[in-house]
Amino acid sequence: MQYVNAFIVGGVICALSQILIDKTKLTPARILTAYVVLGVILTAIGLYKPLVDFAGAGATVPLIGFGYTLAEGVKTAVAESGLLGVFTGGVKAAAGGISAAVFFGLLTALLFRPADKS
Amino acid sequence: MDLTPQEYEQMVNEQSKPSPLLRDMVWAFVVGGGICTLGQVILEFWKKTGLNEKDAAAATSITLIGLAALLTGLHVYEKIAKHAGAGTLVPITGFSNSVASPALEFKSEGLILGTAAKMFIIAGPVLVYGIGASIVYGMILVFLGV
Amino acid sequence: MNGKRMGMATIRLERPPRVRAWAAVGGKKEKEGPLGAQFDAVFSDTMCEETTWEKAEVHLQKVAVSMAANKCKLPISALDMILAGDLLGQCVASSYAARGTQVPYLGLYGACSTMAESLAVGACMVDGGFAQRVCAVASSHFCTAERQYRFPLAYGGQRTPTAQWTATAAGACILTTAADDCAPVRITHVCFGKVCDLGITDANNMGAAMAPAAYDTLHTLLSDTGTHPNDYDGIFTGDLGQVGSRLLCDLFSRDQVDISAVHDDCGKLLFDSKQDVHAGGSGCGCAASVLCAHLLPQLADGRMKRIILAATGALMSPTSVQQGESIPAICHAVVLESGGKR
Repeated sequence: MQYVNAFIVGGVICALSQILIDKTKLTPARILTAYVVLGVILTAIGLYKPLVDFAGAGATVPLIGFGYTLAEGVKTAVAESGLLGVFTGGVKAAAGGISAAVFFGLLTALLFRPADKS
Repeated sequence: MDLTPQEYEQMVNEQSKPSPLLRDMVWAFVVGGGICTLGQVILEFWKKTGLNEKDAAAATSITLIGLAALLTGLHVYEKIAKHAGAGTLVPITGFSNSVASPALEFKSEGLILGTAAKMFIIAGPVLVYGIGASIVYGMILVFLGV
Repeated sequence: MNGKRMGMATIRLERPPRVRAWAAVGGKKEKEGPLGAQFDAVFSDTMCEETTWEKAEVHLQKVAVSMAANKCKLPISALDMILAGDLLGQCVASSYAARGTQVPYLGLYGACSTMAESLAVGACMVDGGFAQRVCAVASSHFCTAERQYRFPLAYGGQRTPTAQWTATAAGACILTTAADDCAPVRITHVCFGKVCDLGITDANNMGAAMAPAAYDTLHTLLSDTGTHPNDYDGIFTGDLGQVGSRLLCDLFSRDQVDISAVHDDCGKLLFDSKQDVHAGGSGCGCAASVLCAHLLPQLADGRMKRIILAATGALMSPTSVQQGESIPAICHAVVLESGGKR
């Protein structure tokens, strides 16, 4: 059941984003940036956690989920260490993703060659 | 020419084919949903290896990012993305693609000023405003004691 | 008659310079297109065995120039001048291609209109007696242009239906004086365009940004010379693509002039619509290679007698687009006639 929920919720989030791409002048970079900030806000006001519980990866894999991870991290860290947590919590929670992107990005650059499109 | 920009804009809109929204949305739904389902499969796998909920989620992100970087290097990701649009853009795999593709592309300008310096040319704003927003949220938590 | 000028902006070349020889080179997609067999050389490996895309574009331009020079049995050093252009910042593909030729060189920038610009400047040079053998050349490469103007190649982006595909191609022409009886084509008129901007900001719809410039220059040329579209065997715009071509016809129809019967577009000719190029080809190399592969041979053997090449260019930069500026466009036109021998 979790798989079906993940598929549908993830699919709907992507399909709605497609409307933004096709129908507005928003560039992909703007949409992604807006999504991450939206993820932080939705988590802060308590709306995103229920969706994550319902859809699992369907809610955490889209970039809004990245905002969710950042916000949840900050919330936990603030509870543990106050003001310091404001600065450490977000990136600490997202560290795996950020480090992986840097590392695998570098690896890709080292191992592969640019190619033409056809 | 006796034509105002507004009149011309109307002519352009009549002659410019819009993007095929329905087809694009179906692609985005299926591919985006598929990537999320794959994410769920990976998540369950990591949970089975004994990781707790939070660690399994992080491991899932790392796995998906690694896979997407590999597909970027093999020039497969861009071919799927051409049809899938938001379906490959919005999942975390799109974030990975947006980091790996400039890293690869700008290798010709060197590993320092090319690959490394240009790595976040597309994904940078996501980190800047994502982290920025999370800090604002933290400040609110600390100072307003919500 | 005010010197060599006629009407508003057209230049009538008194002793029409000749086009003696030409060469077109292209990449893999161009080879697979409708004009594939007419290219002088095609590179299935669009890296051209170089190490960067920029070097590959330099290579394309060098090959085009040397093939064109070879055809009239001239060493490159015998040229009086090279007039070259491309899309890259600071015009580097042309400058690096001219490096080592020991020929006086002018780098031109007219975006996709560059081939018409270099032909027109070259024709004026020859008619004015400032040069006797001039090489006019232009090139573009899909990969160098994508890197500069859009996204990394491996980035998963979606192109809109109005977007155009930058050609990986180059074309070179050798211009000689009116006295050169062996040269099969001559340039009788040129018309340098004005910058036109009707407020289009969508960098994925360059055909729309450029159509008003094409209309303006063609309208000027036709009224200055007192000719009608049907006086020509073809009016070939450079890189308006599907959208821009329809808009150009619409703009002319406002004057009750129907150009659809004689009009065609280099961006539509270079690729087949099945090749997933959306609205058609673009880039300096598009008009340059279509001219050299497809149009000049037809003029040379008399299948066409008189044509207009009106190449259009969108004059924005990545910075100006990011700053929200609209896209200024330009169109330069040259009138080409068949027949060297009188």
